[in-house]
Amino acid sequence: MRTIAEIGQRLDALAAAEPVSASAAEYLLLGEEVLEHWVSARGMEPTQEEKEGFRLLALHRQGADKLPSFNACRETCRELAYHYNLLTGQPDHPEAGQRARMMGLVANHLFYFVSGKMETEELGEFCCSSRSVRETVDAGLS
Amino acid sequence: MSDKKTKYQEVAYYPGCALEGGGHAYNRSTKALGKKLGLKLKEVENWNCCGAMEVKNIDPKIQTYLSSRVMSIAANKMGMDTVMAPCNGCYHNLKKAEYDLANDEASVEVVDRISKKSGHETYQAGQVETIHALDWVKDTIGEEGLKERVKNSLKDVKVANYYGCMYTRPRHIFPEKDQGPGSESTSKPHFMDDLLEAAGAENVEFPLKTACCGGAHTLSDSDTSTRLVVNILQAAEASGAEVIATECPTCHSGLEMHQIRAESTLGIKTNVKIIYFTQLLGMAMGLKPKEVGLHENVSDSFDFVKEKGLA
Repeated sequence: MRTIAEIGQRLDALAAAEPVSASAAEYLLLGEEVLEHWVSARGMEPTQEEKEGFRLLALHRQGADKLPSFNACRETCRELAYHYNLLTGQPDHPEAGQRARMMGLVANHLFYFVSGKMETEELGEFCCSSRSVRETVDAGLS
Repeated sequence: MSDKKTKYQEVAYYPGCALEGGGHAYNRSTKALGKKLGLKLKEVENWNCCGAMEVKNIDPKIQTYLSSRVMSIAANKMGMDTVMAPCNGCYHNLKKAEYDLANDEASVEVVDRISKKSGHETYQAGQVETIHALDWVKDTIGEEGLKERVKNSLKDVKVANYYGCMYTRPRHIFPEKDQGPGSESTSKPHFMDDLLEAAGAENVEFPLKTACCGGAHTLSDSDTSTRLVVNILQAAEASGAEVIATECPTCHSGLEMHQIRAESTLGIKTNVKIIYFTQLLGMAMGLKPKEVGLHENVSDSFDFVKEKGLA
């Protein structure tokens, strides 16, 4: 598995190149690798299962287990899967280049969110899926 | 007239603290738009903080109480049945409090105890309905009503609609969403798209509508927030957007501030404008830029709106 830094470098390299349909599989794989890092960092074995035909979505579900703040990247993962379907379903579509470019930006967002969360785990908790500090303290006391 | 159309003609208005500070342009434009559309706002008397975000993360039941007090005043002192909160943080917190009070006995007990101690009536779940400014305009005036009232069309304005996170997450506190045609979607929200399109705007395909912007981490982990925001800005530009329309003061300020910070720290310059949807709709309805507080935004959009015939 590539390191997080290597994934970031690869995303940068892809963004600098001409966006093409053929990049879809690699963007999806990079997304999966990002989530593998997150799941591994939480002490779990990254799943090989698929959800709705995508390992990416199964990995997201695994990464969000007992951690609702990880749902902050749920739609980003779904957008990645959606763009993969668009690009592989219609590789010669006149807007394929644009779609590939957008898929790259979506993959970038997942990378930034997860790598940011690996530095500061609370990222996302203050907003859409807050977790109570008090509950944590209470749990420690009981 | 539908029930909502009648019910939302006059609502209790809960601006919240952000709309009195950095998000004042949103406050000004919401009031101006309401007035222009003939809708009435009665500001919640002696309102308090909703508990976003710090209180919620230290003790969520205190946040539930704080939000319940706002709803209690609206219901029991003002006799209102609807509270409209334009700020996503306030909207989210009032909805969360409503959910807690309908489903969690411990929250009911805490809210009742503190309400009695504070000397006001305890809020009972279901006394008011909390709505967002998007619901307010959509359900009263609607797309057809907006089309009839357009003075300066948003024609040729390419918009990426950015909803942020708290408008749709977590899904269980928004039971009215995801109810099929006509209702809002939590995975692909569209109310802002619908309203701006009715005013003539051209909405672009924007895949990061609800993506995390780093929000409250903007001070504790600015670099992550900047990277997340600049990616949102770049995605909007790559989608062909000239404007990012916002409906949350936290998102709006974050996008504006990190747009500037990205230029100085990462050397990345983006030109996409960041404008509240109430400002865009207000100008489309014939209000002047200053009447919708364009001068209160951090980013300067005056030349842009002039070029588009909105000034």
